[in-house]
Amino acid sequence: MSDLEQFRQETRAWLEENCPESMRTPVKGFDDLYNGGRNPEIDHPDQKVWCDRMAARGWTVPHWPKEYGGGGLDKEQVKVLRQEMARINARSPLDSFGISMLGPALLHFGSQEQKLEHLPKIARGEIRWCQGYSEPNAGSDLASLATKAEDKGDHYLINGQKIWTSYADKSDWIFCLVRTDNSGSKHEGISFVLFDMASPGVTTRPIKLISGSSPFCETFFDNVKAYKSNLIGEEGKGWAIAKYLLTHEREMISGFGAAPKKSVGQMAVEAIGSDSSGRLANGILRQVIAQYQLDTLAFAATMARVGDEAKAGQGLGAASSIFKYYGTELNKRRNELNLAALGEQALGWDGPEYRDGVVSRDWLRSKGNSIEGGTSEVQLNIISKRVLGLPDA
Amino acid sequence: MALVLTEEQVMLKESAAGFLAEKATVAHLRKLRDSDNAQGFDSDVWAEMAAMGWAGIAIPEEFGGLGYGYTGLGLVLEQAGRNLSASPLQSTVLIAATLISELGNSEQKGRLLPAIAAGEQLITLALQERGHHAPQQTATSARRDGDDFVISGSKLMVLDAASANQFIVIARTGGDVGQQQGLSALLVDAATAGLSVERREMVDSRNVGALVLDKVRVPAANLLGAEGDAWGGLSRTLDIANIGLAAELLGLSVEAFERTVTYLKERKQFGKVIGSFQGLQHRAAELFAELELARSIVLQALHAIDDGEQELALLASAAKAKLCEVAQRASNEAIQMHGGIGMTDEYEIGFFIKRARVAQHTFGDYNYHLDRFALLSGF
Repeated sequence: MSDLEQFRQETRAWLEENCPESMRTPVKGFDDLYNGGRNPEIDHPDQKVWCDRMAARGWTVPHWPKEYGGGGLDKEQVKVLRQEMARINARSPLDSFGISMLGPALLHFGSQEQKLEHLPKIARGEIRWCQGYSEPNAGSDLASLATKAEDKGDHYLINGQKIWTSYADKSDWIFCLVRTDNSGSKHEGISFVLFDMASPGVTTRPIKLISGSSPFCETFFDNVKAYKSNLIGEEGKGWAIAKYLLTHEREMISGFGAAPKKSVGQMAVEAIGSDSSGRLANGILRQVIAQYQLDTLAFAATMARVGDEAKAGQGLGAASSIFKYYGTELNKRRNELNLAALGEQALGWDGPEYRDGVVSRDWLRSKGNSIEGGTSEVQLNIISKRVLGLPDA
Repeated sequence: MALVLTEEQVMLKESAAGFLAEKATVAHLRKLRDSDNAQGFDSDVWAEMAAMGWAGIAIPEEFGGLGYGYTGLGLVLEQAGRNLSASPLQSTVLIAATLISELGNSEQKGRLLPAIAAGEQLITLALQERGHHAPQQTATSARRDGDDFVISGSKLMVLDAASANQFIVIARTGGDVGQQQGLSALLVDAATAGLSVERREMVDSRNVGALVLDKVRVPAANLLGAEGDAWGGLSRTLDIANIGLAAELLGLSVEAFERTVTYLKERKQFGKVIGSFQGLQHRAAELFAELELARSIVLQALHAIDDGEQELALLASAAKAKLCEVAQRASNEAIQMHGGIGMTDEYEIGFFIKRARVAQHTFGDYNYHLDRFALLSGF
């Protein structure tokens, strides 16, 4: 037996033994994911059990090095783990911005002390992180941010306001872009700092969205202390880290474009019916669904191709620049098609006839995908300039 | 198979790019058109392609080919698309050789495939009878008469008909019009009595033929595959043909796009290059994204042929439908973004939109393949 095959056998046996039955059911939307933190939101006690058992093996972040709380697995082993988890429909044990965004940036830019301090707590789900990027006057033009950090020796004094801070009201710490210097160009003088959301002077106010949920907050800083030991990278050089982290955020968001388990076409056939040739009974809807499914297939092939090219040492090709734009636009198309296929069943807030409101909430929430993390229009600007080499106006 | 090119494939692609950019460009196509060349391609250039082995690129080595598989052939077709290179690569190499491999017995394969691989024989498929691709609607009949078949009917859109040595005629030996069952494939020599071939010039300046078969008599030994049972092999051949055409359309679309982006960086209006205007930038960026998707689905479909994947029909229709859509958009945007100069015959971009449409419609257009993709996806 190859080492990888043995790893698969052991993993399968361990998962069978340790994954609680209740964690082998599909999650109902974003709110049903386990995010950890000092005061975790727990819908089911098994969530924490499952997370703790996986964390003990380093499998909440299987690809991170062991010294930082990871599993130390190589790419093939991680793939096997994912396959074995999918085999029993195991939920992801822990979903957090610490894992998907801050972690990769810390691994890349953090000092050894910073990594040892923060990464294991992310891996164990002890600290929940939020991202302080956008400001009321710095949205698509993020680099014009103005939140001020004043040098006070061993710490900075932070004053300003952030907006669209995801889950700020539920998070323990923040990774935040602040302005330490105003004298140069707007991309210079930005610093990347971490601080505790329980610090005096931090207040948050949830923003209610069109979907009825409040994943985002306005966040205010009034003379908040941020210690310099938690400055990542050099002072004034935070923009490079911000951009690096944004690529991870965009990857995460473009993942929403992946094909769902049950195709929209099949869902529509169940809801509307088909003719004697097997074609969906409504030909106009059928065409739009076919276009969507065709693009989903081609998008998945593109993600696979870019991955294979990178593995073959050909670098991250220009194709990767389209992921955020295309993935989020695909996800919006899919959500509109869910509505078209299911009709009014997809427009209620709750109740069994209305699928507990999941479809309607996901639909409304999807509208934000092409805004957050860089709008579709900003992505198209980036492709125009950096890939096609078209000049500024 | 990983979705990347091997070193061997990259070399093949580069050598095809170099050769075609020198010997079979849009300027050469214009010359063929303006000299009213009867066959629609340059025989000397084709002889050079054959000498490099391209006529047998996907044919297994045991039959005198290079054995590079369809991924290899697809890479050459992509470069042919970039340069709008006219040659029998589609009619003979992509389609006829595949149909012979699919349906022929060992004697037929042993005789015909090496002749194709050597560039000695041009063979082409005679299938379509009306304005649209609809293989089940074949009405041309083949009646058994002793040791012969007698074929009657007519065919349209027969690629490279004027220069073909032989035709593979799809005719009905049984079943009713509209049925898959009852179709047979018969080899018909171009010199056979009762066969008339008329050249038709298409908007892409290539030649197709209109065939009339008036009681054409061929020996039963000319049957490829079992009588009345051609559908399986024909259908798989058409899938492969459409993936090959998708590869050609990919090259064509990328080239039209790159020429357009170059133009956007040169043309000045209002005191600025027009490529600095966001109205054009976003359209170009969206098209770039679509071209990346197109490249991925073509590569996946080419690999699926070589890997013998079960889902070939679905991937073939996916690749062809996607490339029809992208080629249409890329060629339309190419004309629009070039403005008035794009409308002139003197400028080359117009050749791209014309070849694009013909290739899109060959063996099923966007509507045909999107419908088939949906059916195969269960709706």
